[in-house]
Amino acid sequence: MSGTGARESVFPTRMALTNTKMRLKGAQTGHSLLAKKRDALTNRFRAILRKVDEAKRKMGRVMQLASFSLAEVSYATGDISYLVQEQAKTASFRVKARQENVSGVVIPAFEPDRVQGSDFNLTGLGRGGQQVQRSKEVYAKAVETLVELASLQTAFMILDEVIRATNRRVNAIEHVVIPRMENTIKYITSELDEMDREEFFRLKKVQGKKKRDAQAAEVQNQEKAQAATTESERRPENVDKGGVDLLSSKDEDVIF
Amino acid sequence: MALASTKDREFLAVIGDEDTVTGLLLAGIGHINQQQKRNFLIVDGKTQVNVIEDAFQTFTERKDIAILLINQHIAEKIRPTVDKYQQAFPALLEIPSKDHPYDPAKDSILKRVQKLFGE
Repeated sequence: MSGTGARESVFPTRMALTNTKMRLKGAQTGHSLLAKKRDALTNRFRAILRKVDEAKRKMGRVMQLASFSLAEVSYATGDISYLVQEQAKTASFRVKARQENVSGVVIPAFEPDRVQGSDFNLTGLGRGGQQVQRSKEVYAKAVETLVELASLQTAFMILDEVIRATNRRVNAIEHVVIPRMENTIKYITSELDEMDREEFFRLKKVQGKKKRDAQAAEVQNQEKAQAATTESERRPENVDKGGVDLLSSKDEDVIF
Repeated sequence: MALASTKDREFLAVIGDEDTVTGLLLAGIGHINQQQKRNFLIVDGKTQVNVIEDAFQTFTERKDIAILLINQHIAEKIRPTVDKYQQAFPALLEIPSKDHPYDPAKDSILKRVQKLFGE
């Protein structure tokens, strides 16, 4: 009937009805847009998911390779870890963040940014310098893989969050906002109909009363008219006596 | 995810055993900032768990670190903290070490991936 569910507290006027209808339309448009956004994001998300899975497995292999090359280094040079730790001052391998836009969601992607420095030049100068150099390269490759994986993973985390938020919004619009507006519209229309009926009834009532009054008045008039005619018929001489000769009587305040 | 916050992040940080850290430093990720703080922590058998936790907290709270690498067997020691970590920045990456092969089943991200795939 008049909106059994939750509805907004509005006065049931025509303006409110128009407003609510417009807002309902807006909500529906928003809902379809959000649903589209969600679909696009989910698509992207699935692709990333697959890539993350692949990259994680690839990382295992790459890191194994890298550790192996380090083992070669320590075989050739001896333990260089202390030297390396002490020489680490400024990073020559950094990452740059780049933004990517997936249907309005900014996803950062990291890019390896290498400064060709001359770190650890002296490391292994005595022996095994080549191994150290090679290990450096292998590890740099491994870190590139790691950076790629990290950006995938960040995208994964952000997309996951955004998809959840979008889903929440879509569901909220679908199950809360739209039903509430529909209920409001129903309520307003039913209330307006009710008012229409009342108004109609009132008009009819007024009309009936007017008619009755008019009839009563007519009957009275007729009766009066009849009474008058009978009276005038009865005493016609009275009519002549009605006139008074102004000249014949003298007013006291008239001087001339 | 403010845009400005991602721009300043340019370093990688690492918590790992000696070999892993050495290798990554060879690649050139090591950095010591003005406060003389290193962006790497070497964990050996004698390192206390709370030291690792502290380093993890420090690295995740630093504003200039984009990616935090942590050896999986070390992540395993502070697993509750790692699993609780949900932020996008810095990206947390569990990497294998020489003595501990990579186990995808333990990775907190891969766990979520698997859950989402419904496997």
